[in-house]
Amino acid sequence: MNSTPKTIAEKIFEAHHVDNPAGDIHVIRLDAVLCHEITTPVAIDDLVRRGKDRVFDPDRIKAVIDHVTPAKDSKTALQGKMLRDWARRHEIKDFFDIGRNGVCHAIFPEKGFIRPGYTVIMGDSHTCTHGAFGAFAAGVGTTDLEVGILKGVCAFRYPATLKINITGTLQPGVFAKDVILALIGKLGVGGATNRVMEFAGPVVAQMSMESRMTLCNMAIEAGGTCGICSPDMTTVEYLWEFIGDEYATREEALAAFQAFSPDPDAVYDDTIDFDVTDLSPQVTFGYKPDNVKPVSQMTGDPIDQVYIGSCTNGRIEDLRVAAGILAGKRIADSVRGIVSPATPKIFRQALAEGLIEVFMNAGFCVTNPTCGACLGMSNGVLAAGEVCASTTNRNFNGRMGKGGMVHLMSPATAAASALAGHITNSVLFKGES
Amino acid sequence: MKNFSGNILFLDRSDINTDEIIPAKYLTEISKEALKPYLLEDLDLAGFDSKRDLADCCVIVSRENFGCGSSREHAPWALEVNGIFLVIAASFARIFRQNMFNCGMMAVELPADRIDSLFSTFSGKRTTVTTDLANQTFTFEADGEAETVSFTLSGYDRALVTAGGWVDYADAHY
Repeated sequence: MNSTPKTIAEKIFEAHHVDNPAGDIHVIRLDAVLCHEITTPVAIDDLVRRGKDRVFDPDRIKAVIDHVTPAKDSKTALQGKMLRDWARRHEIKDFFDIGRNGVCHAIFPEKGFIRPGYTVIMGDSHTCTHGAFGAFAAGVGTTDLEVGILKGVCAFRYPATLKINITGTLQPGVFAKDVILALIGKLGVGGATNRVMEFAGPVVAQMSMESRMTLCNMAIEAGGTCGICSPDMTTVEYLWEFIGDEYATREEALAAFQAFSPDPDAVYDDTIDFDVTDLSPQVTFGYKPDNVKPVSQMTGDPIDQVYIGSCTNGRIEDLRVAAGILAGKRIADSVRGIVSPATPKIFRQALAEGLIEVFMNAGFCVTNPTCGACLGMSNGVLAAGEVCASTTNRNFNGRMGKGGMVHLMSPATAAASALAGHITNSVLFKGES
Repeated sequence: MKNFSGNILFLDRSDINTDEIIPAKYLTEISKEALKPYLLEDLDLAGFDSKRDLADCCVIVSRENFGCGSSREHAPWALEVNGIFLVIAASFARIFRQNMFNCGMMAVELPADRIDSLFSTFSGKRTTVTTDLANQTFTFEADGEAETVSFTLSGYDRALVTAGGWVDYADAHY
């Protein structure tokens, strides 16, 4: 069995196999079940109602209040309370409440909870983000989450993998966000459905973990089950503060993690080669994430709000890029700027580096870490007819507020657009403008 | 087991996402019943009126990649509390499809050309479907015209529908 060449996802499935109840359905053991206050309370409620208010392992369950925090009304306060009471009741020590909470797909990796070879589920479609660590991480609904909490297992189809080989050289001002937007544009919003998207090649090898998370975060926008990157020394360095006790040297950790690297002759469902050398910054139009074009073709389109944050682009390197463009300047009078560092650690880091000062001097409102505005729940909802230049991941009809329009873009493009008052390329990009 | 037969609502668009099926602002609800008035509130489809078009509809027929986007099981729940337990489409997004079966509901794929012909024959007419789970057939009827179509349901999906969902199945097995 071990002699058959395998992809990353296939190796993870083999290592976590529990059952094969029918056809290509595989039940796998879970290393991490992640929870937030929107999709978990209904699962908790159902478990209580069934007389099954148990958790399979409190150490493998991590929970955070992140979507609406601080609570905006009695309903969201109740959702927070249900998660909080449940976490206390079951002694879930990795529970992040207000003051310590951040956007789930930023804070859980930051705490070292995601390791190469892990299996991860969450009641949140952007769980695919965690594949950046060489983990199999998939968004699920509340029922799958409920079973994950109770039994520590989840059922998936055997993972076919779409390999995306990213080659060439990214031009200055072009980022992981532009790469993934362009890819979604090529694949379409259903192009990777039921497939794992493995991001490979020299461009990925040179990316930071933050950039890899941006890449994997939007796999779901092409329908992908999970984004995934092969673990390497960049992965080891990111995790070293958490794994230093487990491995004598970084090389030893790398060797252990590379048990989950894809075999050279692994069989892929399909392979795409994408040379990014000529890629320019990208932006979405319309109501689907595959409606993508170069920023140069949208230049001049007016905007009302700029939002920098989210599980896609609210990490420290995103804030550094945006602040670099905003430094010493003020955003256009016609634009509202909102920045939400994705976690308290990122917030502190941004404070220490003077980035928060730059954002405030530029006229941005700096909010606490939360998902809020990205899905139109709080902290920056649009009025009908308003347009937002956003570093988030979805431009669906009504996503940031009924009747609003969202254009997805990189933090660099968002910052440059805030200054101009309309969509435009950043000064970092020297290509056509 | 739920009822999988009744009047059809045709939604002639691909990539209908779960934000359109149930907008995020309603995810603060804890009860499924509270979602009832908001089903398909943000659907981007010319001429669609949720109040008018959802009345006594039990089944939705749509195109490619139905239920893409967010993982929210609130989307199947919003269908469920409106009495819609079956969606027939050319393809489904993974999470939505699994959520439907996990709730003991059905998301059934038919080939795109078959979906095309259903739209051209029946869309715009008051159409009903009768589902025969044992023989895995749908019979569509409108204005005296009838068409029977076979579908395939895996043994696993069928077990979930029969069991009424995944929680009891998993608790018994693992």
